[in-house]
Amino acid sequence: MYEFLHMGGYGGYIWSAYGITAIVLTLSIVLPIIQSRKNHKRIEHMLEQEQD
Amino acid sequence: MNIFITILKRDLLLAIRHRAELLNPMLFFVLVIVLFQLGMRAKPAVLVTLAPAIVWIAALLSALLSLDHMFRSDMEDGALEQMIISTQPTSLLVLAKILAHWIITGLPVTLIAPILGLMLGLTGDASLILFFTLLIGTPILSAIGSIGVALTVGLRRGSVLLSILVLPLYVPVLIFASQTVNTFMAGYPIFASLSVLMAMLVLSLSLSPWASSAALRMSVS
Amino acid sequence: MYRWFHQLGSPPTFYKWSGQWLPWLTFVCITLFVVGLYGGLVYAPADYLQKDSFRIIYVHVPAAWMSMFVYVVMAFSGAIALIWHIKLSEIMMLSSASIGASFTFIALITGSIWGKPTWGTWWEWGDARLLSELLLLFLYIGIIGLYSAIEDKRKAAEAVSILALVGIVNIPIIHYSVIFLNTLHQGPTVSKFDSPSIETSMLIPLLIMALAFKLFYIIVLLMRSRNELLWRERRSQWVRNIIKGTGNV
Repeated sequence: MYEFLHMGGYGGYIWSAYGITAIVLTLSIVLPIIQSRKNHKRIEHMLEQEQD
Repeated sequence: MNIFITILKRDLLLAIRHRAELLNPMLFFVLVIVLFQLGMRAKPAVLVTLAPAIVWIAALLSALLSLDHMFRSDMEDGALEQMIISTQPTSLLVLAKILAHWIITGLPVTLIAPILGLMLGLTGDASLILFFTLLIGTPILSAIGSIGVALTVGLRRGSVLLSILVLPLYVPVLIFASQTVNTFMAGYPIFASLSVLMAMLVLSLSLSPWASSAALRMSVS
Repeated sequence: MYRWFHQLGSPPTFYKWSGQWLPWLTFVCITLFVVGLYGGLVYAPADYLQKDSFRIIYVHVPAAWMSMFVYVVMAFSGAIALIWHIKLSEIMMLSSASIGASFTFIALITGSIWGKPTWGTWWEWGDARLLSELLLLFLYIGIIGLYSAIEDKRKAAEAVSILALVGIVNIPIIHYSVIFLNTLHQGPTVSKFDSPSIETSMLIPLLIMALAFKLFYIIVLLMRSRNELLWRERRSQWVRNIIKGTGNV
C-alpha cells in the first residue's frame, strides 16, 4: 500500500494532480444537480401560486 | 461604396474636431514605453532585445484603450441603428469604421514608433522593420477589436470585458510582429514571418466585418 | 433520419429521452473511470524515463483533449443556433461553456504539476501546448463573461455564438503562433508524447480514460441542458406535468 501511495517518490505530484481533477469534476457534476433541485422547487412554487 | 466614404469622412472629421481623441492613443503609447524603461532600468544590451515586445505591447494597449469609442457615440445618438437599418451592407460600414479607427489611432502610433525604437536602442534598420510590422499589424488590431466592441457596445461595464475578449485574439499578432523584429536583429531572413503577418491582415480584414456586423445587429436590435 | 432528428429537437422528447439515458451513461462512465484509473495507476508499468510521474498523463491528456473537443462542439452548436435558430443547439452551446472551462483548468493545473518533476519548474513558457491551453482558458472565460454580462439572454446566446465562431477561427492561429515562438527559442524539447512509441499497456488505460472523460462531458451536458430547458419552458404544459408528477411528458 505504501508503495502504491509513494509512487516512486512522485506521490505528491500524482495525488495532487488526481485530487484536483477529482474536485473539479465533482463540482461540475454537483452544481447541475443542485441547480435542478432549485429549478424544481421554483417551478413548483410558481404552480402553487397560480392555483391560489 | 458611398456609405463607406461618407462614414470614413465623418469619423475623421469628428476626430479632428475632438483633438484629444486623436492625441490620447499616441500619448498613451509613448507614456507606456517610457514607464517600461523607468520601471526596468535595463542595461542597453538587454533593452534592445526587449524593445520590439515593449513597443508592440504599448501599441496593443493603446489600440485597446481607444476601441471603446468605435461604435459608442453612434450607439448613443442612434446613428448606428439608422446605418444598420439602411439598405447598405453593414459589413461595409464596419470596414469604414475599422479604417477610421486605424487612421486615428494605429497610424499615428506607427509613425512615431521608429523614433521610440531608436530611443530604446534599436538600429536604424531594425526601427524600420519595427515600423513595417506596425504598419501591417495595427490594422489587424482594429479589425479584430471591432468584433469585441460590437459585442459589448450595449453594455454598461463593457470595457473590462472587452479587454478579456480581445487580448487573447491579439496574441498571434504580438508574437509574429515582435518576433519578426527579433529575427531580423539576429540576422535571419524575415520574409516568412512578414508574409504570415500579411496573411493575418487579409484574413482579419475580410472576416471580421462579417462577424462585427452580425454582432452589431444583435447589440442594436 | 431527419424525422428522428426533428423529434429529438423537440424539448419534451429530449427531456424524456435524456432522462432515460442518464442512469445508463452514468453507470458506464463510472465503470470506465474505475477501470481506467486501475489501469493507469496500477496496471501500467512505470515509464523508463519519467518513472511514475508519467501517470499524470491519465488525467492531463484526456482533459486537454476534451478542452478542445468541447470548444469545437460549442462553436458548431453556436453556428447551428445562429443559422437555423434551433433552441436545443443554443442550450447545448451554453451548457458546454462551463464544463469546457473546467476541463481546460484541469489540463492546465495537472500540466503544471507534471512540469515540476519533468522540467524542474511549475510553469514552462517553452511548452506550446500549455500556453495554448492557457489562452483557451481565457477564451472560455470571455465566453462565460459575455453571457453573464448581457441581460437579455436571447441576445446573450447570439453574442456568445458569434464569439465562439470567432474563437474557433483563431484557435489554430493562436496554437501555431505559439509553436512558432518556441521553435525560435529552442526551449526544452522534452515533449511528453514524442517518445517513439507508447507501450500498449500504457496506451490502453489512456484511451479508456479519454472515453470516460468524454462520457462525463456528455452526462454533464445533458444535465445542464435539461435544467436550462426546464426553466425556459416552465410555463408550458409538459413541464407542469413533470413537476406535478403525473409523468406524462
